[in-house]
Amino acid sequence: MPSDHAPPHPPVLAFEAVRVVTDDGVELLHGVDAVVRRGRVTVLAGPSGAGKSTLLRLGNRLEVPSAGTVRFHDRDAAELDPRDLRRRVGMVFQRPVVFAGTVRDNLLVADATASEEQMVAALVRVGLDREFLDRTADDLSGGEAQRLCVARALLTRPEVLLMDEPTSALDPVNRRGVEDLARDLAGDGIGVLWVSHDLDQVRRLADDVVVMVDGRNATAEEAARFLAGDADVDGARGEEDP
Amino acid sequence: MNETAIGWGGLAASLVLIAVAVALSGWQRLHLSRSIVWACTRAAAQLFVVGFALKLVLDPDAPVAWAYVWVVVMVAVAGITIRNRAREVPGIWALGTLAMATVVVVSLAVILGLGMFPAEGRTIVPLAGMMVGNSMTASVLVGRRIVGELGDKRDEVEARLALGHSWPDASRPYVRSALRTALVPQIESTKAVGLVFLPGAMTGLVLAGADAADAVTIQLAIMYLILGSVATSITVIGLGLTRRLFTDDHRLRRVVRSTG
Repeated sequence: MPSDHAPPHPPVLAFEAVRVVTDDGVELLHGVDAVVRRGRVTVLAGPSGAGKSTLLRLGNRLEVPSAGTVRFHDRDAAELDPRDLRRRVGMVFQRPVVFAGTVRDNLLVADATASEEQMVAALVRVGLDREFLDRTADDLSGGEAQRLCVARALLTRPEVLLMDEPTSALDPVNRRGVEDLARDLAGDGIGVLWVSHDLDQVRRLADDVVVMVDGRNATAEEAARFLAGDADVDGARGEEDP
Repeated sequence: MNETAIGWGGLAASLVLIAVAVALSGWQRLHLSRSIVWACTRAAAQLFVVGFALKLVLDPDAPVAWAYVWVVVMVAVAGITIRNRAREVPGIWALGTLAMATVVVVSLAVILGLGMFPAEGRTIVPLAGMMVGNSMTASVLVGRRIVGELGDKRDEVEARLALGHSWPDASRPYVRSALRTALVPQIESTKAVGLVFLPGAMTGLVLAGADAADAVTIQLAIMYLILGSVATSITVIGLGLTRRLFTDDHRLRRVVRSTG
């Protein structure tokens, strides 16, 4: 039972001084700290090439840190079964990745035992409906496909959702729709870690912001300049990369 | 000289068509004349050396162990050949050699164990050669296809991993596709045998004066063994290579892509 003094948004996923060095000796992350809290949208912001996606991939162990620790509920993620961790820390990629077959086939990849009602509930949760179940996944629009990817991730009942610039390939209407969806999911208690270098999106979406520059946490001054749109720090734009 | 030997005169006669090929190359300015001559010279040198060695191994008085030594060398050379043809595939030398060794052990166990042919140099060497030769091509193909599929579909594989799939589950659709691609040509070749072409063993037997019915049964048995050998080799490569491309904690390694 949580105590009366338990924080309302406890940390679920934490990155502690994580470094990533590639096999050829290139250091991509130089000791980054970040925390994802239950029921909050944490936006990982920074210019392109700052290492945001690399940090995100550490969250469900598609990458492993060369040094430092990723903690899931205070446990070192390295001690957990990666398959269990990945089902509790879902991931949505920059470009929607749909598998061959129907929407139903795609949802069954996430949970082969999912009932019809569970699949419909997941679709409805992301703004799609039962009619989509038998649609060919390849025929979905970009926005629909990205929603399907979120629905698929939700079927594993994650506590954290990692979203790697999930709206970069979407038009403005769908972009706002997926942002609203992320806010709703946070409202349901899921911790969301969202990567973006779009300052307008950061302002619309973030409960918490972690700014990265050159593979490290930005200093307070750099973060302030980045969030103020100082192009010398960030190259920030109102729109995302095409 | 028996009637199946063509002698030096017969060999020289076959060069007439090489002269035609060289003439065509010159006429069409293909700049392949030297390559054709070099290929023919090299083939002759290789086959004379191999023929001399084979004569020792196939001598009825030679110990059968020589034939097994020959097969071991054949497997080693096949492993190197596979590596040379698929350099972008990590660990392919060891896997290819293992696959060829598996093919030889399984096929010879069936051939000799079930008494299809006697355990003699004249049976062991050519049969093992046919199994290894056909399996080698399929092994190269499946190795390249698996690396290509997992590289091209990296997004999909990682999306499956991110949903909590194990590496065998995440890779299965793509590895299955590669295995099918490697096996289908052999299946098609088995289907077309007799209709489109007469395979080597049967042609050799007929040329050597064997009864056509005997040639057919031997050729059929060999075709079946080759199909089984190809399936065995691509399975060994498929399982071994896929395992190698993932880490113990179910991450897809950076797959080197061919630039060729």
